[in-house]
Amino acid sequence: VSQVLLLAHRSIVRTLRQPAMVVPSIFFPLLLLSINSSGLDTATRLPGFPTDSYFQFALAIPFVQGALFSANSAGTNMANDIESGFLSRLSLTPLRRVALMMGQLTGILALGLIQALTFLTVGLVFGDGIAAGPGGAVVLVALSLVISLAFGCIGAFVALRSGNGESVQGVFPLFFAALFLSSMALPRNLIEQDWFRTVADWNPVSYMLEGIRSLVIVGWDAEALALGFACAGGIALIALVAASAALRTRMVRT
Amino acid sequence: MNPFLSAARAVAWRNLHNWFTNPAMVVPSLLFPLFFFTAFAGGLSRVDSVPGFDYQAGYTTFVYGFVLLQAATFGGIFTGFSVARDFESGFARRLMLGATNRGGIVAGYWLSALGRAMFTITVITIVALIAGLEVHGNGIDIVGLYTLALLMNAFAVLFGTGVAMRLRTMQAGPAIQMPAFLLLFLAPVWVPYQLLTGWVHAAASVNPVTLVLESGRGFLAGDPIKVLPAFAVVSLLVAVTILWARGGLRSAEKVA
Repeated sequence: VSQVLLLAHRSIVRTLRQPAMVVPSIFFPLLLLSINSSGLDTATRLPGFPTDSYFQFALAIPFVQGALFSANSAGTNMANDIESGFLSRLSLTPLRRVALMMGQLTGILALGLIQALTFLTVGLVFGDGIAAGPGGAVVLVALSLVISLAFGCIGAFVALRSGNGESVQGVFPLFFAALFLSSMALPRNLIEQDWFRTVADWNPVSYMLEGIRSLVIVGWDAEALALGFACAGGIALIALVAASAALRTRMVRT
Repeated sequence: MNPFLSAARAVAWRNLHNWFTNPAMVVPSLLFPLFFFTAFAGGLSRVDSVPGFDYQAGYTTFVYGFVLLQAATFGGIFTGFSVARDFESGFARRLMLGATNRGGIVAGYWLSALGRAMFTITVITIVALIAGLEVHGNGIDIVGLYTLALLMNAFAVLFGTGVAMRLRTMQAGPAIQMPAFLLLFLAPVWVPYQLLTGWVHAAASVNPVTLVLESGRGFLAGDPIKVLPAFAVVSLLVAVTILWARGGLRSAEKVA
């Protein structure tokens, strides 16, 4: 526990001390939310659109978009530790791999929490509230953190496999592709192009968005929440196992 | 050879060579416009059923009008990043010592941005044609459309060069990118101007890119609109940024 706490403290302080990492991950999603909700408000006139406010519909996007930035941050931090030799020095200590992974990812969870609370506040101030009520807001933050963890683990995995920050940056556009090819802009049943709807159906990001969206505009939707948590949790678990395996290899190499 | 042309050719060739041989530079330049095109043309195509959406050439063409402009503008913005990188690495300082006509350096960056934009636009156009782009305009309309796009490219690279030459660090990136990003996205990106609501509608009404975008979409639909105002506004932007880039060059010369 003490090992985890030490590394977690370092990870949190390091993440939050980098305004270049924190500010864009909050500012850009909010900017896009603001532009999208105004630019696409007429989409709510489409028959079958689930709400009459595009802001409410789009509020889910910054939570997932912020998590994508977390992946970048987690990967970059991990890559810096590899490139600076910090990980090599750690490998000489009796530190456990699990402690290292958990400690490293705590900073990302802290960033994810700040993002989620900021986006939630913006949603409450400028929107029509959270349909699922205060309890729903808590679940929304929890789901948002699991999504941040999922993408953070992927970022850490890429960094540990490649050992450099450039590879992490190179993967970043793929995360954005995953967001863009989802039900980000319209509900899946309103997507006209068959191929796009099929991609969105298979894209786990759609279910993460819909889990958050259900809390904002529907209320308590057990199926949407279960799918959202299952997709985010499943990806987090798989990426965590993969990152741990990569860390084992990395520690042997060093 | 004329010292101006000699410097311009050398800078342009070097930048284009670096760009085409470095996938880390080429891929993002292509991926981002393609993401936007795919996501909007594919995911938002139902939006053309909204009452009041009266663009006859279809939603794919409507989105292409924006993505074309975006690709051209970001071709210039990414070249601005290259200028900043050249200053940070010290190459630009050596370049300024070697060039007898330093205006040629700026012209060289402009030419390289033009080359990058033309390549990106070609790829995006091919993808768009495969995806169902309908061009209703005639040959003159098409010339007008791509001339507008390349003027936007010139505006972006001159603006980026001016910023990069003043700040001379890669940290100038957000200062180069953010204004261009805001100009592009505070225009009628997903729906026609009359269907915009809220503060974006107000911003679009004073945004010069709105004119350029509407004119470009008019060319694509074979129904040219606001042609003179669009060309006037984009020419003015280029003229102002020529002065801006010239000021940047003077600033860089002082420390070279």
